[in-house]
Amino acid sequence: MAKSNVSEVDAAPSSRSSSDKNPRKLRNLELILILFACAINAAAIVLVQWGAVGTLDGQTVLLIGGLSVLVLCLHVAVRFFARDADPLIIPVAALLNGIGIAEIYRIDLAVGLTGWQATSTRQIAWTGMAIISAIIIIVVIRNHRVLLRYTYIFGLVAVVLLLLPLVPGLGDIKGGAQVWISLGDFMSFQPGEIAKIALAIFFAGYLVRNRDSLSMVGKRFLGMSFPRVRDLGPILVFWLLAMSVLVFQRDLGTSLLYFGLFLVMIYVATGRASWILIGLGLFGAGALLAGQQLEYVANRFQNWLNPFDQAVYDQYPGGSLQLVQGLFGMANGGMTGTGLGQGRPEITPLSQSDYIVPSIGEELGLAGMFVLFALYLILIGRGLRIGFAGRDDFGKLLATGLAFVIALQIFIVIGGVTRVIPLTGLTAPFLAAGGSSLLSNWIIVALFIRLSDTIRNQPKLVIE
Amino acid sequence: MNKQLKRVSMVIFVMFLALMTSSTIIQVGAADELRADPRNTRTRYASFDVERGAILVGGQAVAQSVPTDDEFKFTREYPQGPLYSAITGYYTLNQGMTGIESALNAELSGTSNSQFIDKLTRIITGQKPQGDSVELTINPVVQQAAWDALGDMTGAVVAMDPSTGKILALVSKPTFDPNSLTGNDDKQIIETYNSLLNDPTDPLINRAINGGNHPGSTFKLVTTTSALESGDYTPQSTFPNTGQYQLPQSSSIVRNSWLGTCGPGATTTLATGLMSSCNTPFAQLGVELGSEALADTAESFGFDTELNIPLPVTPGFIPRVQNAPQTALSAIGQQDVMATPLQMAMVSMAIANDGQLMKPQLVDSVVNSDNLATVSEFKPEVFSTPMSAETAEEITQMMISVVSNAAGSATTARIDGVNVAGKTGTAENGTLTDGTDKPYTLWFTGFAPAESPKVVVGVVVENGGGMGLEGTSEGIAAPIGKKVIEAVLNQ
Repeated sequence: MAKSNVSEVDAAPSSRSSSDKNPRKLRNLELILILFACAINAAAIVLVQWGAVGTLDGQTVLLIGGLSVLVLCLHVAVRFFARDADPLIIPVAALLNGIGIAEIYRIDLAVGLTGWQATSTRQIAWTGMAIISAIIIIVVIRNHRVLLRYTYIFGLVAVVLLLLPLVPGLGDIKGGAQVWISLGDFMSFQPGEIAKIALAIFFAGYLVRNRDSLSMVGKRFLGMSFPRVRDLGPILVFWLLAMSVLVFQRDLGTSLLYFGLFLVMIYVATGRASWILIGLGLFGAGALLAGQQLEYVANRFQNWLNPFDQAVYDQYPGGSLQLVQGLFGMANGGMTGTGLGQGRPEITPLSQSDYIVPSIGEELGLAGMFVLFALYLILIGRGLRIGFAGRDDFGKLLATGLAFVIALQIFIVIGGVTRVIPLTGLTAPFLAAGGSSLLSNWIIVALFIRLSDTIRNQPKLVIE
Repeated sequence: MNKQLKRVSMVIFVMFLALMTSSTIIQVGAADELRADPRNTRTRYASFDVERGAILVGGQAVAQSVPTDDEFKFTREYPQGPLYSAITGYYTLNQGMTGIESALNAELSGTSNSQFIDKLTRIITGQKPQGDSVELTINPVVQQAAWDALGDMTGAVVAMDPSTGKILALVSKPTFDPNSLTGNDDKQIIETYNSLLNDPTDPLINRAINGGNHPGSTFKLVTTTSALESGDYTPQSTFPNTGQYQLPQSSSIVRNSWLGTCGPGATTTLATGLMSSCNTPFAQLGVELGSEALADTAESFGFDTELNIPLPVTPGFIPRVQNAPQTALSAIGQQDVMATPLQMAMVSMAIANDGQLMKPQLVDSVVNSDNLATVSEFKPEVFSTPMSAETAEEITQMMISVVSNAAGSATTARIDGVNVAGKTGTAENGTLTDGTDKPYTLWFTGFAPAESPKVVVGVVVENGGGMGLEGTSEGIAAPIGKKVIEAVLNQ
């Protein structure tokens, strides 16, 4: 009777040999973990409601029910279209998304936002769009190698998305950075978030095609092999692009993110450390120049080095008030946190978006922060695992690039708020309020699902 | 490609390690420093977020937190205001805290170690944090009686249960209204605080436990104890009765306050000396005992010893090494000897309690605000044993005669049908610039009923009770002690 079930699902187009593994077992494990994640999310939202207001209402049901239903839909889609996918990815993403919604909702309550004005309501709507997009990707793209076919189209899409905010009438300046486009009063979108996926696909495709010329030819100098100038072309173009994002859109975080993604992917593809050295040198030189020539970059450095200096703290705009208030919040949380709904995260500006991690750090403490780190590490670890186990270079490179871009983004945003590096505006994946960020990260989840499914359901032909 | 992947994985691991380190530094390592930063409004918010526990007297709150509509959620309220301010102290946003508010801050704010499990439970259940309540040992009727008896005079009253050390009343005047230091208007609070601080009547000083006065003749109880405990003296030991005593190695002369002899006859006894509060026999006795012996006895009563009830008490003071004339004056509670009413009440307490001095205590129990369960409870504790039961009985008899004998110095403390044991004191404070004496400090300490004491009191009235040199301890201090004793005995 179990057999009939399997053959029914086997009617789905992708061919698989289920002789040595049991896909149903994987999916059942995933289901259990998803239910577990949903239970934690529900508990978090209920705690927020109790902690801040003391009663339960319709908003609670919407937030808990909405997220749970959406994630379960994704799970069902995976059951049909990616039966062998890694079972940990969706539960971890769902849990991160849920914790984010709970904390966003908590801040909504603190500042008195309700209905469609409430960021949490919009976040659940965006989660809906993001997860539906993920489902569409899983259903439509049955084999990731299709993406390789459109390498240059993705490259073009990425550049267009990146430059979109510079189009007059469409661009929107927030917090000094011009990285948003507005669609009416209600919706604003950060195309750069989506661009990073298109970029990762473009890089993976480009590098797989050109890795020989990038890695084989070159001159040896100082014990390292350096590429020819004409092979330096792509990195120079990219350096210029990253710098122009920095200069024109005033977005340090995004430029650092793209550049880091590019360097890591070119290093993984070619195995040449010299690329990293050249790249870091160029970025460093560019950043140094920007720090001297551009006031807002200089301010970031000043805030990083001397945030508690009263003059730096009082400076407006561009002072360290936000950074310092975030640190106060985290200190207020201490080891175990104030408890959900009992901190004062709303004191810090942008506590729902750029500062969502300190907000969570305040209410859930260092313990909560380490849970976040652990969840992120699991997600990144699963991505890297696809890279290690993958059998085609394009898939390996793409998975590595996507895993690294999540890791780097986390490092830039959390490192910024905890003073490891200067503060730059980026969103914490899955947690921060913002549709574009949710959309792009759930698309990455969909790609991970697709890639991990491919790895598992193909017989081991090549052993690396 | 896998070799590069391993290195990338290592880089990612190092990045996360950096984040874990930085957040640990912020949330644990530097947390206290960050919380203490004056720009950190969260710390202030947090202290007012907690529903601070109440301070209770007989189950009624004398300090409590009431909800507000503003950002601070709660404010402190003192329903009886100045009556309990010497005990409760005040609790301000930015001007610190005093009294029980400060001494039991951890319990009241719910941050003491014993509340750790409670706090965890609240985090898990999402309940509002709430501090524990503190039940005082104060008896509200006795407190009111002490307050009323002191009237408008500058001074302090302490009443205790001698068998347990529980403080039944503690009043200091003039005082302040702690309600004037609550609220969330920093500027106004600072103004009020500064005006209290600069007030020449020193309303912020708790004269019951932190004042500084010469104990005068009440200190003769200590000198008497020292003599009887030495084994060389009895209440009947005699001294020359000349009405004056020239201090050794000095031209100064000690006289009795009425400038006469100590009763009839060529000699007088220790018992008569104490009864009539004669200075001449005690000055001689002090010289005979020596400053070391006197200091030893005083220390056994708590002089020179740190004490928290749990309010920090300024210990009584007597120099250990003094020359003979200094020792003579110390023996009658002058010179450098200093004491608070609590200290002198402790002397009476040891006598009342068969020689055993109990540790004074102001907190009866700490109570969970939610379910009223007792978190911790006061247990009587022996502070010291300054004398034998026989000595205690002998001194008690002498103190009874101070009140009951017509020649006694505290006849105004008599209560019908009850044997009151007492001792007055009138301490000199030097002379004014025009050569006249400064107004005296008036004292009374004692206990009743003498056979099985229920209450011991210590009273100090500064500045002659406002009557200049006309104010006497018998006329002013003893009646205050009597009223407080009556308040206990009438219950």
